[in-house]
Amino acid sequence: MSELTDLYQEVILDHGRNPRNFRPMADATSTAEGLNPLCGDHYHVFLRMDGGRIADLSFQGSGCAISKASASLMSQVLKGKSAADAEDLFQRFHRMVVEGDASQADGLGKLGVLKGVADFPTRVKCASLAWHALHSALRGETTPATTE
Amino acid sequence: MSPVATPARAAPAAPPAPPPFDVEAVRRQFPVLAQRPHGKRLAFLDSGATAQKPQAVIDAVTRFYDRDNSNVHRGVYDLAERATAAYEGARKRIARYVGADPREIVFTRGTTEGVNLVAQSWGRANVGAGDEILVTGMEHHSNIVPWQLLAAEKGARLVVVPVDDAGAVHLADFERLIGPRTRIVAVTHVSNALGTVNPVKEIVALAHARGVPVLLDGAQAMPHMKVDVRDLDADFYAWSGHKMFGPTGIGVLYGKARLLEAMPPWQGGGDMILSVSFDGTKFNTIPYKFEAGTPDAAGAVGLGAAVDWLEGLDRAGAEAHERDLLAYATRRLREIPGLRIVGEAPGKAAVISFVMDGVHPHDVGTILDREGVAVRAGHHCAQPVMERFGVPATVRASMALYNTREDVDQLVRGLQRVREMFP
Repeated sequence: MSELTDLYQEVILDHGRNPRNFRPMADATSTAEGLNPLCGDHYHVFLRMDGGRIADLSFQGSGCAISKASASLMSQVLKGKSAADAEDLFQRFHRMVVEGDASQADGLGKLGVLKGVADFPTRVKCASLAWHALHSALRGETTPATTE
Repeated sequence: MSPVATPARAAPAAPPAPPPFDVEAVRRQFPVLAQRPHGKRLAFLDSGATAQKPQAVIDAVTRFYDRDNSNVHRGVYDLAERATAAYEGARKRIARYVGADPREIVFTRGTTEGVNLVAQSWGRANVGAGDEILVTGMEHHSNIVPWQLLAAEKGARLVVVPVDDAGAVHLADFERLIGPRTRIVAVTHVSNALGTVNPVKEIVALAHARGVPVLLDGAQAMPHMKVDVRDLDADFYAWSGHKMFGPTGIGVLYGKARLLEAMPPWQGGGDMILSVSFDGTKFNTIPYKFEAGTPDAAGAVGLGAAVDWLEGLDRAGAEAHERDLLAYATRRLREIPGLRIVGEAPGKAAVISFVMDGVHPHDVGTILDREGVAVRAGHHCAQPVMERFGVPATVRASMALYNTREDVDQLVRGLQRVREMFP
């Protein structure tokens, strides 16, 4: 059985407490909303694209340590990436967390700390919420993303 | 007079007094409580979401399908007669339990459907443009949204009785807010998110003095107390079977006979008619007018068994036990650093909502789960309550008569573990 410490690793607790890039963005080129209405986690993701690259990425909102840490780590890892690379990382992250493919962790850098989430099925939706919002922002979609 | 001595005619035998409440004996009747999630003793503290079922209820449902199953009110054969007798017998016992006439007991899917039925049937006939529907700030979404739908359709509006910092409502506010345009007052008997027990008898009296009928949401009250709808003088009282130790999928709407009789049908179909032709349809009498389609007969039988089971308990003892649990849990939770209880009204059922500094309720819920403690974390389908208390969500430990101080101790140990991980 997986342990709680597999889920609540130090890095996750740290990012949950002190999320990075946790701010609004006045010059965002697109924004998107992520909302899980049953549990109440709610984030806005802000994106500034520059020449096909993610020049800046930030988020705001409220939710649990897992959703917040996931959004925070995502904002760090994806900044500077091309839209195609971001899409690739989104797919890898999805395979790791939703499908439980731990081997994806190798290609995900510091996002690998979230692989323990796969063993907590009720929390998968928390870890993936901001990612789906980002996905919407990249595609210019306007309806709020949800992972419930 | 016969020279042979005959015993004087005995008064109808009073049912034997139930044995004094014994929580361990009660627990043994709930098979689900014996399991060990994550290798830990199960402390089930989410009865506000749904209660566990005693063996007597599980057996009654099984027996119905094993022996008595057929469609009710339709067949002329022996099985059909037994199924109908079981279904109608349950209605009679439930009616007696709440002090109603069986004609006033409409079987529904649950509280939500009961409120919707009243909003759509009574409401459409009695609420018009500019009218007001009075609710409180502590209602479950199911006692808000059906009224909003009605209000939007009719051009009526919702007026909300405020909730104070402790989580209580005040009669003075009802006096102030029930006005000439108020058509109905819809109030929860016990708050699912805060545990507050509302002074519903007084609210009903106040509304009636102004000629306004009252619907009470009894979902959270029925598991904790014996409710007498006549004593409360409620016009409508809606509740769910599954929260009072019965099956899911069955509930009851009690309505005063004269109101139900005057109300138009809600859903159309089989069983709710006397005769159908393309020139017109004659509707059945109450309660059948509101029971279109094949009902959840097994569910009704299970709910009847839950009522029987409750009547076999020392209810005063059970209520005293729950009061002890609430007081003990409140005291123990206050020992946890940075924990704030949300909802401290003077009168409460054994429900405690709380938040902890620096840790989100979902994280609390996951950590507690690993300690074998089942709680609800979220907004409890009462977002206006969350907004009122300035929190996105709470953790809720909701207790039932089968819980023990050991469950509370296990919760407290789990919360200490939360504090270690989120100092």
